[in-house]
Amino acid sequence: MSETELLLWVRGPALQIATLVFLLGVVVRIGEILMLGRKKNLAEARGSAVAGGLRTVLSRMIPDRGTLRRSTFNVVAGYVFHIGFFLVLFFFAPHILVFQDVLGVSWPSIPTPVIDAITVVTIIALLAVLVHRLQHKVMRFLSRFQDYLVWLVTILPLVTGYLAFHRVGIAPPTMLIVVHILSVELLMVIFPFTKLMHAFTLFMARYYNGSIAGYKGVNS
Amino acid sequence: MSASLERGLNAFKEQIDAPVAAFFSSCVRCGLCAEACLFYTETDSPKYTPIHKLEPLRRVWQQEYTFWGRYAKLFGLSKPVTDEELTDWETLVYDSCTMCGRCSMVCPVGNDIAYMIRKMREGMAAAGHAPPDLIGATQRAVTIGSPMGVKLPALQAQIRHAEAELGFSIPVDVESADYMLLLSSMEIMNFPEFISAIARIFKHANVSWTISSEAFEATNSGIQIGVSEIAAELVNRIVTAAEKLRVKSVISPECGHAYMAIRWEGPNLIGRPYTFKVVHILELLDDLRAQGRLKTTGKEMQRLTYHDPCQVSRRGGVVQQPRNLMNMVAENFVEMPETGTMNWCCGAGGGVSSNERADDLRLKAFNRKKKQLDAIHPDAIVSACSNCRIHLEDGLEEYGMDMPVLSLTETIAEHLVDNERSGSEE
Repeated sequence: MSETELLLWVRGPALQIATLVFLLGVVVRIGEILMLGRKKNLAEARGSAVAGGLRTVLSRMIPDRGTLRRSTFNVVAGYVFHIGFFLVLFFFAPHILVFQDVLGVSWPSIPTPVIDAITVVTIIALLAVLVHRLQHKVMRFLSRFQDYLVWLVTILPLVTGYLAFHRVGIAPPTMLIVVHILSVELLMVIFPFTKLMHAFTLFMARYYNGSIAGYKGVNS
Repeated sequence: MSASLERGLNAFKEQIDAPVAAFFSSCVRCGLCAEACLFYTETDSPKYTPIHKLEPLRRVWQQEYTFWGRYAKLFGLSKPVTDEELTDWETLVYDSCTMCGRCSMVCPVGNDIAYMIRKMREGMAAAGHAPPDLIGATQRAVTIGSPMGVKLPALQAQIRHAEAELGFSIPVDVESADYMLLLSSMEIMNFPEFISAIARIFKHANVSWTISSEAFEATNSGIQIGVSEIAAELVNRIVTAAEKLRVKSVISPECGHAYMAIRWEGPNLIGRPYTFKVVHILELLDDLRAQGRLKTTGKEMQRLTYHDPCQVSRRGGVVQQPRNLMNMVAENFVEMPETGTMNWCCGAGGGVSSNERADDLRLKAFNRKKKQLDAIHPDAIVSACSNCRIHLEDGLEEYGMDMPVLSLTETIAEHLVDNERSGSEE
C-alpha cells in the first residue's frame, strides 16, 4: 500500500468505521442508562426538579469556592486542557473543513498561529495533569489502567497533529497526517467504552443531581 | 457464592437506576470529592475518598448494566464482588460516611454520591455487612419503637414533668388537631426541655397540636442501616397514627435524618403519597413568624453561630428559615465559613453516632468543625438536630473547647413575648 493509498484508507473506510463505533457506542451507552429508569418521587415537591436539574447542568461549570481554594491546580489545569482541546478540535481551519465535508455546515476558524499556541498550552496542561495524577495521593489511589489509557489517547491527537502541522519527525509529511488521523480514530473507538463518555453523560449526571436537590428546594 | 452475598448483590442490582448509571459513567477519578469530605480532610487517608466508598456498587453496575461489562463478565475478564471485599467496605460505607452529601455538591460532573451511598447500604445490609450496633438499634426500633429503647411510659413521664413546670397540659392523642408532633428518642431522653419549649411556643402562637401515644418516635434506623422494608414499617406507624388522629400535618422535630425519613423518603418507602403534610419544626416556626404569630422579645447578646444539620439544610431544603429565626433572637449572629448548603457535617450523622466502632473516627473528623469554629470564635453554637448537638458537645469536650450548644427552637421559646402580660398591647 502506497502512502497515498494509506491516507485514502484512513480518511475513508477507517474514519467511517471509527465514526460508526463512536456514534453507535455513545447511543448504546446513553440508551442503557436511560433504560434503567427512575422511580417517580411520591413526596410532595418543594421546588422544581426540572429547574433544579437545568440549573445544576450550568452551575457545575463553575467550582465552589472551597474546592477552588483546596484543589486549585486540579481545577485550573482541568479547565485549560478541556477548553484547549475543544478549541483545537473545533476551530482549527483544516478541522472545520472536515466537519463541513461531513456535516455540511461551516463556522469561522481561529487564526492558525493562535491554534498552534493553544495546542502547546493544552499539551503542557495534559502533561501536568498526568504528573499530578501520579503524584497526588488521592488521584494515584483512585487511578486505574483506564485512566492512563484515556490520558494517552487524548494527548496523542494533539501531539501528532502538532508534529504533522510542523512537519517534524522522521516520517514523511503524508505519514504524519496518517498517524494523526489514526490517533483520532483510536480516540473515537475507545470513547464509548471508557470514562471519555463523561463528555456526554455529565449532562445527565448533573441534571439528575440538580433535579433530586431541586425537588427538595435545594440549589445543588 | 453464599446466600447472603447473593442477596446483597441482588439488592445492589435492584438499587441501580438511571441516575446511578449516569453518575458512574461520568466519574473521571479527579478526586475532588475527597477534599469535600471531612473523613478524608481530617485523616489524610485516600481510602476515605467518597467515590471510592462505592467501588463494589460501581463494579456491579459495570458488570451488569454496561454493554462492555456484560461481555467482560461473560468471558471472565472482570473480578466479581466478594464477601471479603464487602467486609472491607463495611467501615467505609457506614463508619466514614454520614451521608451528609457535601461531596454531592462539589463533584464537577454532578455525581450525587450520598444518593448512591444510601443505596449501597441496602446491599450491604442485605449481604449481612451492616455494623452490629446499627443492627441492634434497628431491632430496638422495630420491637420497642425506638432505637434507644425509649418506651411510652418514659415519654409520659417527661410530659408530666413538663406539664408540672408549665402549668398547663400537653395534648396527647387529640383528634383533628392541625399538627402531630414527632420526637426523637434523644430529645425525650437527653433534651426533654424541647417538649416544654414547643408547648410554650404553640400556646403562644395558638397552634392546635397533639402528640400521638402510638407513634411519637421520629427517627428511622431503617434508612440509616439501609433496609427499606424496616424503614417503610417505621414510616407506616407514623402514617397510621396521623391518619387515625386525622391531623393536617406532621411535625418533624430537631433531628436531621428523621426529617429525611418522614418528609422525603417516607412516601416513596410506603409507595403512596401522604394524606397530610410534613413540616420541619423550623419551617413551621418560620411560617408562624411570617404570619406574625410568633413574637419574641429581647435578643441574645453573645456571639452565636448556626450549625446546619446536613439532612435539614443541604439534603432537606430548610436553609433560610433558621436564619430568619436566628435573626429574631440573636443580636450577634455570625455565619461560619462555608455555611448553609455547604456546611461541614458534625461527623456523626447517618448512623455514625449509633456505631460505637466509629467513635474515634467521628471525633477525629470533628476537627473540621473545630477549624470552622476557630475561624469565627462564637460564644455558643445553635443547631436544630439533637444528634448534631450531642456530637458537637462530645467533640467540643474532646478538643477542650468551652462552648454551649443550643437548640434553635428552645432559644426561640426563651424569648417569647408573654401573651398574658403583653395582652393589653395587642
